[in-house]
Amino acid sequence: MGRIKQQQQQSQQKVFSRRVAMLGGFQALMVTALAGRLYYLQVIEGEKYRLLSDENRISHRMLFPPRGLIVDRFGIPMATNSPSYRAILVAEQTPNLKATLEAFSAIVPLSERDIAKAMREKQHTQDFKPITVKDDLNWEEVNAVELNLPDLPGISIEIDQKRVYPFGGITSHILGYVAVPNEKDVERDPDPLLKQPGFRIGKNGLERQYDAPLRGGAGESQLEVNSFGRVIRELARQEGQPGGDLVTTLDIGLHQFAHQRLSSEMAGAAAVMDVYTGDLLALVSTPSYDPTAFYRGLTTDEWQELSNDIYGPLTNKAVAGQYAPGSTFKMITALAGLRAGVDPHDHVYCSGVTVLGSARFHCWKREGHGSLDMANALKLSCDCYFYEIARRAGIDRIAETARLFGLGNLEGLDLPGEKPGLIPDSQWKRATFDDIWHPGETLVAGIGQGFITATPLQLCVMAARIANGGYAVKPRLVRRITDESQNDEGSPVFPSLEISPDHLKVLRTGMDMVSNTERGTAFRSRIDIPGMELAGKTGTSQVRRITMAERARGVLKNDQLPWNQRDHALFVAFAPVHAPRYACSVVVEHGGGGSAVAAPIARDILIECQRRDPSRRNPNAEGGRREMP
Amino acid sequence: MSFELHSVGSAPGLRLTQRIRQIPWSLVILITMVASMGFVMLYSAAGGSPDPWMDRQMVRYAVGVGIMLVIGMVDLPRLAKIAYPLYAVAFILLVYVEFAGEIGMGAQRWIDLKFFQLQPSELMKISLCLVLARYFHGLSYEEIGRPWVLVPPTLMAVLPAGLVLKQPDLGTAGMLLMVGGAVFFVAGVRWWKFALVFVLGIAGSVAAWNSGFLHDYQKARLLTFLDPSADALGTGYHITQSKIALGSGGPWGKGLLQGSQAQLEFLPERHTDFIFTMLGEELGMVGGLLVLALYSLLVVYGLAIALRTRSHFGRLLAFGVTMNIFLYFFINTAMVMGLIPVVGIPLPLISYGGTAMMTVMVGFGLLMAVYIQRDHRVGRRTSGED
Repeated sequence: MGRIKQQQQQSQQKVFSRRVAMLGGFQALMVTALAGRLYYLQVIEGEKYRLLSDENRISHRMLFPPRGLIVDRFGIPMATNSPSYRAILVAEQTPNLKATLEAFSAIVPLSERDIAKAMREKQHTQDFKPITVKDDLNWEEVNAVELNLPDLPGISIEIDQKRVYPFGGITSHILGYVAVPNEKDVERDPDPLLKQPGFRIGKNGLERQYDAPLRGGAGESQLEVNSFGRVIRELARQEGQPGGDLVTTLDIGLHQFAHQRLSSEMAGAAAVMDVYTGDLLALVSTPSYDPTAFYRGLTTDEWQELSNDIYGPLTNKAVAGQYAPGSTFKMITALAGLRAGVDPHDHVYCSGVTVLGSARFHCWKREGHGSLDMANALKLSCDCYFYEIARRAGIDRIAETARLFGLGNLEGLDLPGEKPGLIPDSQWKRATFDDIWHPGETLVAGIGQGFITATPLQLCVMAARIANGGYAVKPRLVRRITDESQNDEGSPVFPSLEISPDHLKVLRTGMDMVSNTERGTAFRSRIDIPGMELAGKTGTSQVRRITMAERARGVLKNDQLPWNQRDHALFVAFAPVHAPRYACSVVVEHGGGGSAVAAPIARDILIECQRRDPSRRNPNAEGGRREMP
Repeated sequence: MSFELHSVGSAPGLRLTQRIRQIPWSLVILITMVASMGFVMLYSAAGGSPDPWMDRQMVRYAVGVGIMLVIGMVDLPRLAKIAYPLYAVAFILLVYVEFAGEIGMGAQRWIDLKFFQLQPSELMKISLCLVLARYFHGLSYEEIGRPWVLVPPTLMAVLPAGLVLKQPDLGTAGMLLMVGGAVFFVAGVRWWKFALVFVLGIAGSVAAWNSGFLHDYQKARLLTFLDPSADALGTGYHITQSKIALGSGGPWGKGLLQGSQAQLEFLPERHTDFIFTMLGEELGMVGGLLVLALYSLLVVYGLAIALRTRSHFGRLLAFGVTMNIFLYFFINTAMVMGLIPVVGIPLPLISYGGTAMMTVMVGFGLLMAVYIQRDHRVGRRTSGED
């Protein structure tokens, strides 16, 4: 019995030992598999997982490059960046958000809306991410907040860069503004900077035209973040490539003067350029708008108000305003006549009206000017003389001459929204109206009315090409961009228009007489400073049709009409008359007569221009930047 | 054959002082080494601070060592005697939490005893080892060959596993079945029966998958295990991040407190279920292999005790608790390495938490008791002393 039991126990133990050994072997196999797995994950695939873990923990944040400055020809900044202070609040750092906001409000007043906005933002933000309490604090406010920080748990001040336009609305038509890109911008431009909140791109003017060089390249900050996106520390930082500075041709002092001078009228535009280099020294359009409003974003009401304003503050009238040039076009008609063989000394008799077939074409002077040669006709701006010259030259020659002088085409200025104006000819008439060109239309065109339109910039170019001896000078606004290390190549060279110097001399003599001889239409707006005299041409362009009936009753004076039916007042000029350097055009929308309204403005601008003499005073040759005076 | 409990004859017991002299200090040192790796990792998991995990874990470990030593002093016959009552208590508690859960307390797996939380499933792990050792202790190899003799122990393992699966705790249920199966195997259950159960098991799994016995999230975990990349932000997130953390540790690790995955909270549950991952990230393959080696030594130690114990009860008990420890560490490490589905089994001694710690410390206590009384016999039902 005992032996059997012992045998039983022994066999039981044998089975047990064998099977434990088997299981032990199996366990050893399993542990080997674990070790193999560790080797596979940590050694063979280790590099791959290391990259993946870095992807997890490293967040790349873009750094905005500082936007390039825009300066005038003397280096005076017109668009700069300046620090902007923002109060932010990290919700997890304050025991009571509401109380902190109220404490803040005691220092820098917050509106109900600000507080509601912050509370709302808090709902959608993780507690460790900052929410904006107030934007754009001024220096006193920043100091007050800094001083009281111990009582403002969670609040801190953050510095951003904001775009500043020291001259405000005075330069807004040229510089445009920067604003947050819209969906289309993001679609068009693959630069990842555009997708960053708070990044702004040039939306108008030079800011838009030169957005790429001004923008620069993004920098990058490598941040270590945890799985909730909280930043632990900065690992590396590469500053962005700053945008290049834009050196413009403007003389901001002159530009500012012209703007203020023109602001005496409701709406208008003026351009001043160097007749040899094409440098635009002033390019003004009034009224203008405040670019900072666009920077922060317009409300719907503000937008409505601006876009419905009858004075058109959003339009840069200097390049986009198209006006019938009126009598300022008479130089073109005269030149077309000369090129058609008209002798400038031939006299034409003005009786106050020219009859062509059944139609009657009136001179502005009802009683007529009598017998006139070309120079005197320009001086007195006799319509009948130019009806006759236009008839002799023909519309196609007039159009061709006009185009030579920059009318009817885009000047290719680097500003968005430039308009080409219109120089009609017979072919255009056929193409547009499917009609022949009527001889009467030539007469109307000869005095710059009818279909013809031109922009103030084009009129300035026209005056410049007359003044510079017939060279095809082109206007420009930008001298160079510093980041492209593209040196100022001095004055560009322009081809000759192959106009006979004698012909141009006739025009210049006529323009000289307009302002420098008695009874000239702009004699009252002459410059009597020796060596600074201007030569010019007035223009008054009708915006409404004067009917036979009205003419019979007596033509209404401008001040009897509502503003938007009054004539446009125009003036083109160059100075000094005997050694021309500066050309100028002035258009005053619905200003009345050119001689009464536009000419005095042009005179003042040209005096200021010659006093400053920006073309000869050129400290910017070596690109030095100067602080504002 | 009747199954009433016969009084188990006690060995001519050792005196307490003799037992104390017999304490296997090398085992205690080995256990302490494993626990210390845990302390280090918990210190790192808290970002370099003993608070809130390391200090408490040390207190728990100290209590655990005390419990282990006390249990190590207990007579084997006494352990055999309480096997059935203890099992009955564990089973009733399991039913109770299942019942309480259904009444509306949600999926609750523990009983709140105010000063600590008792998890009946953990108690069951110990009880099952004891009760199966006790049951097979009373059977000869021939008797085990009779199929119907295996019905009671099968129910003893399967019924609690089913209850635990209902909780639902897939991992613990699996562990109970595997420990049970392993004890069956070493007790001498015939090979063909395992083959049969294996075939039935596969058929049963297919049926369970289709019957809705598994919760959706359990199915999702299984599916995620098969293809973790399919759901990298949902269920797959844990395992994907765990593999990234482990793999990025490389052979030498990123250094203590330097594991970006763990320290920056990409790794979920870094102080509990996924602590091995954190260890692998910060201490590298070297650290991981060290932990595997320490656990393997513990298992070898346990199996060695089982092999050289004279009483069948002691052998089976030592084997059962050793198997338990093996399954714990194998399932946890295989899980965080992406070898098996994420089933929520902690790494005993290293993971933060008292429950698994208590289970394995009680297990080591039992192992110690067996070791101390390795040369003593435990009476069977068939007769008194040999």
